[in-house]
Amino acid sequence: MVVGAVIAGGVLFFAAGVFANRILRPSVPTPEKMTTYESGVDPVGHGWSQSQVRYYLYAYLYVVFAVDAVYLFPWATVLRQFGWATLGEMGVFLGILAVGLVHAWRRGALRWS
Amino acid sequence: MIDLGMDLGEIVEVVVRAASIIVAFIALPLLLGQTEHKVMAHMQGRLGPMYPGGFHGWAQLVADGAKFAQKEEIIPAAADRSIFRIAPAVSLLPYAVALTAVPLSADLVGADLDCGLLFVLAAMSVGVLGPLMAGWSSANKYALLGGLRAGAQLLAYELPMVLAAASVAMAAGTLSLTGIAQAWEPWWLLWQAPAALVFLTAGLAELQRPPFDLPIADSELVVGPYTEYAGLRFAFFLLAEYAGAVVLSALFTVLFLGGWQGPFDDVLGPVWTLLKTGLMGIVIIWLRVSWPRTREDQLQRLAWTLLVPLSLAQLVLTAVVVVAV
Repeated sequence: MVVGAVIAGGVLFFAAGVFANRILRPSVPTPEKMTTYESGVDPVGHGWSQSQVRYYLYAYLYVVFAVDAVYLFPWATVLRQFGWATLGEMGVFLGILAVGLVHAWRRGALRWS
Repeated sequence: MIDLGMDLGEIVEVVVRAASIIVAFIALPLLLGQTEHKVMAHMQGRLGPMYPGGFHGWAQLVADGAKFAQKEEIIPAAADRSIFRIAPAVSLLPYAVALTAVPLSADLVGADLDCGLLFVLAAMSVGVLGPLMAGWSSANKYALLGGLRAGAQLLAYELPMVLAAASVAMAAGTLSLTGIAQAWEPWWLLWQAPAALVFLTAGLAELQRPPFDLPIADSELVVGPYTEYAGLRFAFFLLAEYAGAVVLSALFTVLFLGGWQGPFDDVLGPVWTLLKTGLMGIVIIWLRVSWPRTREDQLQRLAWTLLVPLSLAQLVLTAVVVVAV
């Protein structure tokens, strides 16, 4: 409930700010002003250009570990009750992931090329 | 009339809680911004921020606010207008949501959630969508590159941050933020020191604060995703950065510095939390003043080859101690 109210209040704050801004500010659009900024020269091509995404390997690694982290949190809260057995099980799980990270590291996936 | 199953008292309580969160959410970042002006001015001998208004340049922030509020807003003709307009809100609001669950003391908290830690981390990482949306919708090459850098940075640093937080959750045996701060003992400062270091570093990177401000690196990308922004919407992005810094300091205080624990904490609890949070805020400013900006490849290497292994090692250490003790 409070979270919802805070979101509503935040949206209200943003809307009120933007509205007050609309009353206070001048608005004199000219074609030059509306051009895309490219260090003062006329823009070349379009802004939504294709580029190489170099970190897709990092993204894969992230997904793997993010899923791991999801399992980690419930485990973290019950560790005290179940003791060494659950620690060993999680050790195997984390160990496999660590091996994966080491493998990626050795294959050079973590080098920005 | 919609029946929410609440009586008037409960509704008033919700409104009061939400209103106090919003007020804190607006006031604390401005306070941190003002502190940053002054601390940076002293540390680097900057004259400008010490001049307006007379005593220590107290009016600088007021002047900035007045300027931002009356500046013309320019939306480029090529931009995706609707996304461009709401991006600052997407950047700003998640920090208000995160602040809701951060406790000032055991019973002074916006909303005491059982999974508060998870909630705050989740809310904080939504914030990065703002720069991504701004970068894409601007249809500007600098903005696009900056937005993608922000995304790459989140991918790299979210993980060590979550692992470091998991270590504390494991030590306390709970995901509730009040529970964690209550379980905290002074020797955790040593036991959880690597996690604290990882958490602070990763948090700075996630907020795109120097030395990890690559998405807005002015020598390379103008201001990255915010290049096309002007006026109040640009100011909201700035406010989001400080709001993020406040949330990070407060969260760090609760997780690693024991929150409200201190002498006379039955009376002074909230004061201790605020003091520690303020101290962390100054540390964050201090780091900005003293470190140069990293390079993109250094940033990724630091996350994957140092912070992730370090936080995994910390997890093992925490687990062994928890089970053995």
